[in-house]
Amino acid sequence: MKEYRTISRIAGPLLFVEKTEPIGYQELVNITLADGSVKRGQVLDTSDELVVVQVFETTTGIGRDSGVRFTGEAIKMPVGREMLGRILSGGGKPIDGGPEIVPEKRLDITGAAINPYARSSPADFIQTGISTIDGTNTLVRGQKLPIFSAAGLPHNNVALQIARQAKVPGSTEDFAVVFAAMGITKEEANAFMQDFERTGALERAVVFLNLADDPAVERIITPRLALTTAEYLAYDLGMHVLVILTDMTNYCEALRQIGAAREEVPGRRGYPGYMYTDLASIYERAGIIKGKKGSVTQIPILTMPGDDITHPIPDLTGYITEGQIVVSRELHRKGIYPPINVLPSLSRLMNLGIGKGHTREDHKKVSDQLYAAYAEGNDLRGLVAIVGKDALSERDRMFLEFADLFEQRFVRQGIDEDRAIGEGTLDLGWELLATLPVEQLSRIDRELIEKYHPKFRAK
Amino acid sequence: MEVNEGQNTTGVLKRIAGPVVTAVGLNAHMYDVVKVGREELMGEVIKVDGDANIIQVYEDTTGLRPGEPVINTGLSLAVELGPGLLTSIYDGIQRPLEVLVQKMGSFIERGVSAPGIPRDRKWEFKPVVKVGDEVSPGTIIGEVQETNIVHRIMVPPFVKGGRVKSIQGGSFTVEETVCTLEDGTELQMMHRWPVRVPRPVREKKNPTIPLITGQRILDGLFPIAKGGTAAIPGPFGSGKTVTQQQLAKWSDAEIVVYIGCGERGNEMTEVLTEFPELEDPKSGKPLMERTILIANTSNMPVAAREASVYTGITIAEYFRDMGYDVSLMADSTSRWAEAMREISSRLEEMPGEEGYPAYLAARLSEFYERAGLVTTLAGDSGSVSVIGAVSPPGGDFSEPVTQNTLRIVKVFWALDAKLSQRRHFPAINWLNSYSLYLDTLGPWYDTEVSPEWNPLRSWAMEVLQKEAELQEIVQLVGSDALPETEQITIEVARLIREVFLQQNAYDAVDTFCSMKKQYDMMKAIRSYADQSYAAQAAGVSPAQIISIRAKNDLPQIKFVKDYEPMLDGILKAMESEFTTLRSSA
Repeated sequence: MKEYRTISRIAGPLLFVEKTEPIGYQELVNITLADGSVKRGQVLDTSDELVVVQVFETTTGIGRDSGVRFTGEAIKMPVGREMLGRILSGGGKPIDGGPEIVPEKRLDITGAAINPYARSSPADFIQTGISTIDGTNTLVRGQKLPIFSAAGLPHNNVALQIARQAKVPGSTEDFAVVFAAMGITKEEANAFMQDFERTGALERAVVFLNLADDPAVERIITPRLALTTAEYLAYDLGMHVLVILTDMTNYCEALRQIGAAREEVPGRRGYPGYMYTDLASIYERAGIIKGKKGSVTQIPILTMPGDDITHPIPDLTGYITEGQIVVSRELHRKGIYPPINVLPSLSRLMNLGIGKGHTREDHKKVSDQLYAAYAEGNDLRGLVAIVGKDALSERDRMFLEFADLFEQRFVRQGIDEDRAIGEGTLDLGWELLATLPVEQLSRIDRELIEKYHPKFRAK
Repeated sequence: MEVNEGQNTTGVLKRIAGPVVTAVGLNAHMYDVVKVGREELMGEVIKVDGDANIIQVYEDTTGLRPGEPVINTGLSLAVELGPGLLTSIYDGIQRPLEVLVQKMGSFIERGVSAPGIPRDRKWEFKPVVKVGDEVSPGTIIGEVQETNIVHRIMVPPFVKGGRVKSIQGGSFTVEETVCTLEDGTELQMMHRWPVRVPRPVREKKNPTIPLITGQRILDGLFPIAKGGTAAIPGPFGSGKTVTQQQLAKWSDAEIVVYIGCGERGNEMTEVLTEFPELEDPKSGKPLMERTILIANTSNMPVAAREASVYTGITIAEYFRDMGYDVSLMADSTSRWAEAMREISSRLEEMPGEEGYPAYLAARLSEFYERAGLVTTLAGDSGSVSVIGAVSPPGGDFSEPVTQNTLRIVKVFWALDAKLSQRRHFPAINWLNSYSLYLDTLGPWYDTEVSPEWNPLRSWAMEVLQKEAELQEIVQLVGSDALPETEQITIEVARLIREVFLQQNAYDAVDTFCSMKKQYDMMKAIRSYADQSYAAQAAGVSPAQIISIRAKNDLPQIKFVKDYEPMLDGILKAMESEFTTLRSSA
């Protein structure tokens, strides 16, 4: 492999290398510094005259005298069964003091698109034990359901609770968690690690840590390494893998940084025009493949800058993922955990995983009715602020009280409280709906009301 | 290598940066299809700059190196048209996804080509013209029973036509000659057509028949005509995809082309697994038999996403030319526009509004203009209705894709996230939506539904409009402060919303609602309204009118197939309740 010493320009994370032989697009590059240390990079643009290399670590110490070697292949990730229980850097190197991973396979980290025809439609209900998710925004295997949060909110606790409690009721199949941290603080990472250790989840987990002080550009490959690992566990070893990616906002910042360094024409708010396609190449790696045992389920977490759900990061994410769980500052301020606001939350695959044979026959209708009643009660709060509670009709007052009850009983639960779907979540829903007159339950058929409504059950 | 002078068809790669590459020495024309690199990845020339050709590549370009060969095919991007199209599932450049799975497994790898329609399959060809007949471009020369749809074989538009020298029935593959003209032209069942060129028609006509979709708010309030154009803009999570899929399932078009452009893989899979199981309400056959799906998910190459919309509309036009009513759904045109933007920015073109290329408006209008009710070259009537979903970033309708779309389309179904949060589905906002076809379709409703329908529709719209105004007052002072008649109006509007407008796509009966049933439902609500105002005038209090019990059963008729007896019962009960009220007042 030829070493070039023809770096002509270094700008931010980019190297411009001249007079090379033909170099392949997206090839892996090794850069040797004067002190003998080696940094890695990837080809972003290649032509006869000039090759642009994006360096995954800091460019500190790289000079025009540094050596550049093109490896002739795209970045590959060594994967193996032994990875479970290991902690790796954002670049895929072990950082837990353990031995190097002995690879059983080396996989291209870009990951080809799954042929839609080869996908199998997700239908297995995952019970997270959190009512606002299981009851009203159900997660199913193979789904990608992000958590939209904002600075200062307990999204990490929610993610951990999901990772801890997630199970398919009645199933004993192999599962694993792949956790990829991008640009989170050491403190946050410690919280995750301690929780994994406390609950013994680490044994079933592969952890990738790119911390806040690690090179930003490395964040570009961290989720891809994590997903490559997840795909290996799922499709080669037949496991059901839950991938948690946090924080996607940091990933997008890194993407913007590279775009700016390349002097690209920026899109909305300076993020590159291809951010949608780029994010899709991460999120779309969730799924189930026909004829393979495992599955990849994704829970990406992102913090919405300025709590703004229309910001390009949550916006583009929402267009790719199958719904979103929205963590609300208002509920958090009221002291409610988990502060999940069900109104803007959504699970697009919910209908595939609920109902008879999945959860319970009344699930959909109960969920719709809870939504509708809570939405109505929540709207009335605005009215109360203007005219006072006394001006409300009796019916309105009932809905107003329902909204409070819903938040205090249905939304609120303990950080270790694991509610079963039937007796835990849905029956609780019925209990709350029973505070409303039966004729107000217009979204539930008579038959189900007679079967599940506490008033009729008691008889 | 031997090179003919001036006929240089092989060039060399100069530069690779993402899905856009540069080659020299190709001597290609705009939109020529080229094969890039040793793996012969498919690409298309999108810019000529001196000796250099800029090429968008339809497959992943990882590993391509400068110096690799590029071959010019000299052809433009075209689709294959002929028997075998129906029930197919294609990617953006008409590669059958099923065949790709067989060839390369669950993931889409590169450098694999597969013909759009199967070459080995034989079809039973029945001629409809005789030796000696004069045929011209577009003339139907024979038929093939493809599924339950008859696939009409026509003289391709680019063939001059003439007298038939020989034609025979029997079993043929799509490449075998079935008909010879006197000038020696041989016709096969398949022909190719460049996707970026609209197929010719004799005449474009004004649409006069609605496309019945079975969705009450669409057919009843905001209808689209056969051959018309509609846009569904919606922020994410507002039920856009469900609405599109409902249209694909239930619209009374004979052929449905569904383009999943840059959308979710799992959602496409849902479509792929659901459609074959669904029955066409008219023929009782699987819906898939009249459907062609194009699935280019968000993580498949961006250039193929750009092409997918053209691939779809060309196939739609082809079936229109056979004299069919075709409806085409594009979900979503925003993803298509973004693909244009991405490629444009890779070309370092001067960006227009929000980074979209300056030609965005032109491309959108060219696309929607390919819809229409036409007289085909053969003299039949056919139509392509286009329903495009738009995904405005942040739900902001002022963004360029939505705005440029609204300037062209005639129907606007404004999806509203607030409605979907209240679980009001379909979450189409009745105040912001519109249809410009109401006048031209009016006579159809008069004769096919009832002369009462159009007034009934206007009445419902008025009530809903009035409710919106009243709600503003209610927000401020509460509902008790309203005058008595207006309290009734609020209740009537609630009925229109909850009984008529809300429709459950997942309920086996409610998912499709015939025009007759829509009319009966609206008439029942009107009947409640009329009796209420009359009772109020006779001195009955609004509280009593609102507490009429029979009307609370109205929503139940949505879920009952043979609803007439039930509806009659409700109406009778309602009437007797009113009579009791009035007599006690």
